[in-house]
Amino acid sequence: MPKYRSRSGKFVVSGVSSDAHTWNLVFLQLMLEERGHEVVNLGACPPDDEVVAACVHERPDALVVSTVNGHGHMDGERLVRTLRAHPDLAELRAVIGGKLGVDGAADRHVDALVAAGYDAVFASEHGLEEFADFLRELRPRRRAPAEPVA
Amino acid sequence: MSGPGTAGAGRFAAHVRRARQSGSLVVQPRMGFAGARRMREGLRAVRDVAAPTAGTVTVDSYTRVGEYARALEALRSGAELNGFPLVAHGARRTREVLDGVASQDFPVQVRHGSALAGRLVATACAAGADATEGGPVSYCLPYGRVPLRDSVRAWARCCELIAARAEPMHLETFGGGMLGQLCPPSMLVALSVLEALFFREHGVRSLSLSYAQQTHPGQDLEALAALHRLAAERLEGGPDGGPDWHVVLYTFMGVFPRSAAGALRLLEESARLAVRGGAARLVVKTPAEAHRIPTLDENVAALEFAAAVASDERERIRARTRAGLRPAPAGGPYGVYEEAALLVDCVLEQAPTVGEALLRAFATGLLDVPYCLHPDNANRARAVLDPWGVLRWADPGRVPLPPRTRRAVSADAAVGSRQLLDMLGFNERRFDVEDVLGRRLADGAAA
Ligand code: B12
Repeated sequence: MPKYRSRSGKFVVSGVSSDAHTWNLVFLQLMLEERGHEVVNLGACPPDDEVVAACVHERPDALVVSTVNGHGHMDGERLVRTLRAHPDLAELRAVIGGKLGVDGAADRHVDALVAAGYDAVFASEHGLEEFADFLRELRPRRRAPAEPVA
Repeated sequence: MSGPGTAGAGRFAAHVRRARQSGSLVVQPRMGFAGARRMREGLRAVRDVAAPTAGTVTVDSYTRVGEYARALEALRSGAELNGFPLVAHGARRTREVLDGVASQDFPVQVRHGSALAGRLVATACAAGADATEGGPVSYCLPYGRVPLRDSVRAWARCCELIAARAEPMHLETFGGGMLGQLCPPSMLVALSVLEALFFREHGVRSLSLSYAQQTHPGQDLEALAALHRLAAERLEGGPDGGPDWHVVLYTFMGVFPRSAAGALRLLEESARLAVRGGAARLVVKTPAEAHRIPTLDENVAALEFAAAVASDERERIRARTRAGLRPAPAGGPYGVYEEAALLVDCVLEQAPTVGEALLRAFATGLLDVPYCLHPDNANRARAVLDPWGVLRWADPGRVPLPPRTRRAVSADAAVGSRQLLDMLGFNERRFDVEDVLGRRLADGAAA
């Protein structure tokens, strides 16, 4: 538990369409919840349009994409392009991390993923520490109370 | 210890049986490359290992989830895939990969991880693969979000395709590998047996039951004994005499040691476990596991290492027998057999067919895989590792347990992110410890 309390945020945590790994998602959810944030976990193998729909619907402070199966450099790129093409999501903060390629070279796909639209890519050995810094700097939006559903 | 049916079981089962009769363990990689030439080279190198091996074609993730067009696109553009895109290559191309490499002494298995596997299995059948892997639960829950009901239906159909092929084809359940880690051994054993019963119900005549090495060698040895016993009790006999079957062990499927030394020691422990536990086949991992897809050479080296360890273990057992020492009893203190048998009975009571019984059992939480996010899994049950690495139920949810083990359940099941990583990293720490200490000592000496 952190010693201070900051305004809590809301996160959508998600895998990518072809990635079945979930321990990474379970872990990220717990870690964010322990920091007082609200998490919507989309689980394994979400099709791109489900991720887009969830972001439109949930209006999170950030989308956190996690993938380790080695297809992240392709699926992650396609996903963020689709996301950025949506008028409501051009400004959404979106980050990706994990094992992005199949050859273990941590930094190989970073530039391409940033160019495609991610605000940050966490692929190194120190990904988690860097992500913690990112969370500290993140200013959650002040959100209006949710509209009551009619 | 394998089952009775021998005649007509096909070359995969016959190869495993011959190896067993000559006292060796069949070793097999997890290996898949995108290109057909490279895949063929890989198979040839595995065939040429100086020990009984079986070949593996591991399929890429696009093909697993049915995104065949994306697999084809990646193949055309030369983008890196994490396996062999079997459907994109097609049956003819795949047959060319196998032709002249696969044989009686080197049968080849297609390993995938696909719930709606109809097209994939049909292609593997048509390409002449000797075996494949799967199961309605084990290829669904850990592999995405396909509804369990659809997977049960698809796998019934897959079994029928396999059973109908002119040259007999072998099918292995992945039930012993669920999520790779933190699933109690009794649940793994029960799922393996239940999926084997499902295969049999749908006409499969040659099958194997799996178990994945976990975090405590004693508990694993007991689990292998439980799996053999339960399989013999449930699969043998009946009007058809029961299918041909054997047990396959997987080297640890969870977070792997990062150092080469640590990875090899974990692999060593699995090869010894396979021999002592009476498994007929071992599917290995390599020192690249924690980092990336292994190369061809890394696969070959891991197979040679595992085969050498296995023959050393057999030698030790012979020496002990010569010295008049009886093999250590395969335990009993962890109650794996009792738990697994109760689970299998409770599930089969749910419905007249195994497929329907599995669906009911998951819907009611009788079967519940800890931490599995699949929408059809209750995800109420929790498991923990005790300080010695024994995997125990922390909270069984609605999973039925015999009174003896129910008493041992620990009450505090809340697990935070730190503790989760600690549990997932148990084997990583256990086997990397020398590497870590060695570095520290070296750094200290340098300072
Ligand atoms: C368990 C496991 C499985 C289980 C998964 C069960 C499940 N539902 O989760 C099973 C057996 C089913 C499985 C299947 C496959 N797997 Co797998 N699996 C593993 C294994 C052994 C452990 C992964 C794990 O659970 N780690 C625990 C979690 C908590 O850690 P993590 O995932 O590494 O995530 C950490 C960091 O990466 C980071 N991180 C991750 N995401 C993010 C995101 C952000 C924003 C940040 C900041 C940080 C971050 O933080 C996490 C905590 O430290 C790894 C190898 C290893 N590491 O030892 C292979 C591994 C990930 N698998 C791999 C592959 C390829 C597959 C398969 C495609 C089969 C195959 N071809 O071999 C299939 C997947 C099918 C599919 N459709 O995707 C490869 C990936 C290769 C690569 N990237 O180069 C690995 C590395 C093994 C290997 N060397 O070949 N696997």
